[in-house]
Amino acid sequence: MTQSEVASRFTRVQVWVHWSLALLVGGCLLTAAILSLGPLSTAVGHRDVVGRVHVVAGLLLPLPIVLGLFSATFREDIERLNRFRPADWQWLRSRDRRSGRIPVEKYNAGQKLNSAFTVGTILVMLGTGVIMRYLEGWPVFLRTGATWVHDWLAFFVLVVVIGHIWMARRWGQGGEQVRESEVG
Amino acid sequence: MSDHRIVNDRGTPVGRRVVLGMLALGALGVAFGDRLAAAQERLTAGLQLRDPTGLSQLIPAGTGFRYYSVTGPVPRVADDAYRLSVFGLVSNAREFSLDDLAELPQTNLVRDFQCVTGWRVNDVEWSGVLLGDVLDVVVPDRGATALRLGSFDGAYSESLTLEQARRADVLIATSMLGAAVTHDHGGPVRLYVAPMYGYKSLKWLGRIEVTDVVDPGYWEERGYDIDAWIGSSNGRDDDPV
Repeated sequence: MTQSEVASRFTRVQVWVHWSLALLVGGCLLTAAILSLGPLSTAVGHRDVVGRVHVVAGLLLPLPIVLGLFSATFREDIERLNRFRPADWQWLRSRDRRSGRIPVEKYNAGQKLNSAFTVGTILVMLGTGVIMRYLEGWPVFLRTGATWVHDWLAFFVLVVVIGHIWMARRWGQGGEQVRESEVG
Repeated sequence: MSDHRIVNDRGTPVGRRVVLGMLALGALGVAFGDRLAAAQERLTAGLQLRDPTGLSQLIPAGTGFRYYSVTGPVPRVADDAYRLSVFGLVSNAREFSLDDLAELPQTNLVRDFQCVTGWRVNDVEWSGVLLGDVLDVVVPDRGATALRLGSFDGAYSESLTLEQARRADVLIATSMLGAAVTHDHGGPVRLYVAPMYGYKSLKWLGRIEVTDVVDPGYWEERGYDIDAWIGSSNGRDDDPV
């Protein structure tokens, strides 16, 4: 990948969507940790306020992506992320996927799966969260089920977010982090 | 790989399939999660109750007490400085030290603790003085019908009717889990209202005002039921305690 290709990867819209979503997900994870991990709950308390922040951050999760949809370049990126070609499967299965032997277009298959996981997570967390917070009339077994899904998925989100940050730091040197291009 | 080539060279919409698959799994989880959670709890309960590190709390939706507080750090009160103040519509308003409470008849209960958010701790040992026994000391007036209970830091409040307060399973607890009530569990003195959800079992009990009107407590002002019977309030159907 040449320097100019790296530099023109992202427009202002993608950068804004990425970091506003990162802020909201970070807020959800932090408040979730305070609400559910004993030592943190003990240190912070303020259960009512922390819970409200968690709910607001959660309800806002779809907003960056929805606003991003107004941008044509963002919609093009979504199409790129959505579509898998044979080379993507090959890349995922190969041991030397970082060697450059299998050519990668703008996004590699791992990034594609991560973005799909992100969208799926937002929808499932939003749905189960709304059941827990607002649908008090629903049968308790469904609300317990929603709590169970919400808790377990949160656990996976934490693992995936840590992996995402680790891989961005490991492989994203020289401008591959999501930041605005200086020339574009 | 050429024989795997897709007819449409835009590729397959794997992203969409992943999203739809997650939605389907999420819906299945909502439908059957209560059974899966119960099975998981049977597996992890023993582990989490015996884990001193707290690391097993990282397993989602497990059992054991969780620390719920509506305020920041709560001041610690030394045992000999502790006073429970009981006042209001009574003929004998007074303060009780820990020693005063120890001189009253002691009651032991082994009962579950059920939180309105779903977690439950089975067979907890509680001991202390029945709230009714303390009320007998201060002698409520004829017109008294309710109690307003408060934590000693002033952040949390609860309500009970006088009739509820006189039940034989409503305890001013000075000991739980076989030892003095720790600070994080609401010590040195907390309330334990066995038949009601945990938010009724006020921690860091500091004052009891006898009144003639039920004044909704902290969580009750935020939508929870005032009469918080386990299994028949707050839209839940847990086994009664």
